Amino acid sequence: MYDKGKVITGLAIFFLVFTFPFWSNIGKTAPMPERSLDTPVLQEMAREAGLDLEQALKEGAINCVEDKDYIVSQHMHLLNLWRDSVVRSGNRMYAGAFGKRHEMSLSKSCMNCHSNKKDFCDRCHNYMNVNPYCWDCHLTPEQMGTASDAEVKQ
Amino acid sequence: MADEVPKTSEMVKIDHAPPSTGWMDTPVVIRKGIYSYPAKKPTLDYLSMPFGREWSPLDADWKLPPNWLDILLEGMRERIDRFRSFRLFMDICVRCGACADKCHYFIGTGDPKNMPVLRAELLRSVYRKEFTLAGKLMGKMVGARQMTAEVLKEWWYYFFQCSECRRCSVFCPYGIDTAEITIIGRELLNLLGLNIDWIAQPAANCFRTGNHLGIQPHAFKDMLDFFVDDTENITGVRVNPTYNRKGAEILFVTPSGDVFADPGTYTAMGYLILFHYLESLGFDVTWSTYASEGGNFGFFTSHEMMKRLNAKMYAEAKRLKVKWILGGECGHMWRVIHQYMDTMNGPADHLETPVSPITGTRFTNAATTKMVHITEFTADLIRNGKLKLDKSRNDNLNVTFHDSCNPARGMGLLDEPRYVIQNVCNTFHEMPESTIREQTFCCGSGSGLNAGENLELRFRGGMPRANAVKHVHEKHGVNMLACVCAIDRAVLPPLMDYWVPGVGVTGVHELVGNALILPGEKKRTTDLRGEDLPGVEEED
Amino acid sequence: MNVWASLILSLIAIGAVATVGAVAGAAVQFFDLSAAAWLFGVVIPYLAFVTFIAGFIYRVTTWARSPVPFGIPTVCGQAKSLPWIKQSRLESPFTKLEVVARMALEILCFRSLFRNTRMTFKGGRPLYGPNQWLWVIALAFHYTFLVIVIRHMRFFTEPIPGVLKLLEALDGFLQIGAPYVLISGFVMAGAATFLLLRRLAFANIRYISLPNDYFPLFLILTIAGTGILMRHVFKVDIVAVKAMMMGIVTFHPVAPMDIGMLFYIHLFCVCVLIAYFPWSKLMHMGGVFLSPTRNLPNNTRAVRHENPWNYPVKVHTYEEYEEEFREKMIEAGLPVEKEAAEEE
Repeated sequence: MYDKGKVITGLAIFFLVFTFPFWSNIGKTAPMPERSLDTPVLQEMAREAGLDLEQALKEGAINCVEDKDYIVSQHMHLLNLWRDSVVRSGNRMYAGAFGKRHEMSLSKSCMNCHSNKKDFCDRCHNYMNVNPYCWDCHLTPEQMGTASDAEVKQ
Repeated sequence: MADEVPKTSEMVKIDHAPPSTGWMDTPVVIRKGIYSYPAKKPTLDYLSMPFGREWSPLDADWKLPPNWLDILLEGMRERIDRFRSFRLFMDICVRCGACADKCHYFIGTGDPKNMPVLRAELLRSVYRKEFTLAGKLMGKMVGARQMTAEVLKEWWYYFFQCSECRRCSVFCPYGIDTAEITIIGRELLNLLGLNIDWIAQPAANCFRTGNHLGIQPHAFKDMLDFFVDDTENITGVRVNPTYNRKGAEILFVTPSGDVFADPGTYTAMGYLILFHYLESLGFDVTWSTYASEGGNFGFFTSHEMMKRLNAKMYAEAKRLKVKWILGGECGHMWRVIHQYMDTMNGPADHLETPVSPITGTRFTNAATTKMVHITEFTADLIRNGKLKLDKSRNDNLNVTFHDSCNPARGMGLLDEPRYVIQNVCNTFHEMPESTIREQTFCCGSGSGLNAGENLELRFRGGMPRANAVKHVHEKHGVNMLACVCAIDRAVLPPLMDYWVPGVGVTGVHELVGNALILPGEKKRTTDLRGEDLPGVEEED
Repeated sequence: MNVWASLILSLIAIGAVATVGAVAGAAVQFFDLSAAAWLFGVVIPYLAFVTFIAGFIYRVTTWARSPVPFGIPTVCGQAKSLPWIKQSRLESPFTKLEVVARMALEILCFRSLFRNTRMTFKGGRPLYGPNQWLWVIALAFHYTFLVIVIRHMRFFTEPIPGVLKLLEALDGFLQIGAPYVLISGFVMAGAATFLLLRRLAFANIRYISLPNDYFPLFLILTIAGTGILMRHVFKVDIVAVKAMMMGIVTFHPVAPMDIGMLFYIHLFCVCVLIAYFPWSKLMHMGGVFLSPTRNLPNNTRAVRHENPWNYPVKVHTYEEYEEEFREKMIEAGLPVEKEAAEEE
């Protein structure tokens, strides 16, 4: 090989740059984050159904406003729809997939059940570097504790 | 010959749109006026080049040796291993097309196979088929094709429609240099005896007599003596060049075209006048009849032939025990000197880093090759105020400068000749930006394509250059095209007569010779061409 | 091969690639075929990556095995010569540092492409105008491609480094939609479309184009298209995607999940792209660094360039020359080494 030094240096840089995902993760495990559903409201719902929480979720006794898969991948889209519906047409009620009607409200509906933002929303959002601007305006459940009437920050 | 060339009005009817058939499916049509005559058997034999024979490009049968394909493929393999440029340029072209409209032959002919990218693809397609896995497996899908006698004809036709000017390489985002590809392509063709006569003959002459024109030593001296007489008639001063003189400080080598043909001869007179002027200042130079050629048609044949011809310069410098070499105005000669000579035939340890005996300037840029371009040398003299010049003696001239491809893109000699011209002429105008300096257009006849039978190709290829001259001719009244290349001086005059009548061609040192005031000279009434100086008639 | 054949062939090729990806996705989605999921979600990505790295290194070392016998830079500006003549240091580099600067400009800014002109032939005369749009599009294409690759590192790093977060924030600063639009994806897809249309629109470029010029463009467009669709239209569970990717890069592959057909098309196309890369013209990425017309200094008269295979050649020596012409030389009064035979 000619120009050995230069070529090998160049290839070493190439190798290091392109194998970055591998070497930067040496010795690490990154398990998929788990969303905790263990909140007082959901526990209460399970109790009402006469089941423990795990069973209730499994048997579909407790449901979100839409099918779980849909919620996982499309919740941001649904929230946008809700926002537009409320803000533009004043329509606040949403017919869910499971025969229930829900108020289209992040704080009053979503965060009512999922009052554990840190262990529910944030886990995946941090995992994926998603920074939703929901909380630029809306209060988190933690903040709501002190200002329960106000849904929107002043 | 010229009567066979179409009229300009016919010539400018150029269709740059490609044909409807794909290029692999468009067979080559070898056309009179475009191709050059093939090399003759005795010439090739003299140079120990293989497969010399009588053949015609117009014949169906080119009388190839039976194992020509093996020879060719073995030749490719060898060159792939020897030249990174070749292998790399075969591999990395993305066919972006940036080079397509940069080639003067494409602009002038509209033939799509003159687009640099396609010229290279002619060779690349075979490379893919024979030397890449993808090409072997996928064939045409990946642009690979079988080598056939028809493809060989295509190579021959188009590799002798490239002047190795490197303009395309300036624009290529990866620096792919069609000159490299053409050089290798021609080497391969030469393995099968497929050179052209206009290259092989000068190469053979040069090998034997030391110069392309086959001028024998005594005749070389006679010709220069003739210039000595002419110079005396014009200036009243007799110059006295020396030949093959041992112990001279400097060996001077220039293309033999300057000794043989107008208007190069006037440039040679310019050198003689300059050297004579400097003599009393301590300038000690000799000419050589053995190394009497700066140009190198071996360069247009193969790397090996280039080395064989070039070897004479250092050999003669060594024999004559000179300190360094001064080189005259020539194009490809200077690419060979600048980029190849020391590598091939050096190191020239018998020489010293050139120092101007007049100004004391050390040419550190030539520290290892030990050869200086005469415009570098003269520019240094002018800068140091060593020359007494009368610019007005060039006042009949309105000058523009044609950057020859090789000094421009092969060495970066751009401002030295301009500096010299502007110090010896009062009127100078540049051609448009995209036609000069590193973007300069070829004369259309470089790399051995300055034959007579391919005049149409030459005029087509020279059209972009001529067009730029026409622009300054019309706009500023330019009437003289200066250049630093002997091929230019040979081919630009007919090109100008064809496209821009009224514009002459000159070497830079002809202009210097006109302006330089020799000690003891008589009042000059004519320039070096014997034409009346401006203002002379009025005085008479 | 004409343009239609080239287009059809490359479309068939890309169609086949996408179909394979889609079938894999469908196998996972509808038939719960975990074998397919392992194959397309783990095995093929590993193989493709290894092919990319090994192939790239192989190609570069193959080039490096051939020497550069001569110093042949394409000089694009005034050379270093007399001290008072201004050298163009970037276009005619003399020192190593200047070469590095020239190469950096070439690689990072596409210097040579920036020089582009366009010839138009009017009234029997060629005219040359500036023509920088290919340069603009090429820059946009390559840099957005780079941004996209870097952005995707969020699938391969945990925790995600701050620079990645910053890059993504910048890329998405318009904050349109949820998830918000990332500019790079659209610009890259747009630029690739432009490059494709350019190939088709200009007769001469169309004429030189091969199927393997269209194929990578189609492939990249498919990748960009499925990526954009997954982000904005048919959203997928990206947390599951990341879990899969982290499994791969930590060498603890997890059972690939049903992430949907689009994802498997996207992933398979990426695998095809990187596996195809070393064997195609895309290697210009490595090649440009080795280009002898750009990476050599224009100092060949000052510093000797060595040719490792420089071999002796047959020359015509002065002695042979004088032997042939001695008498004529003597007659003309030219000095000779040996006097003529008769006079000895």
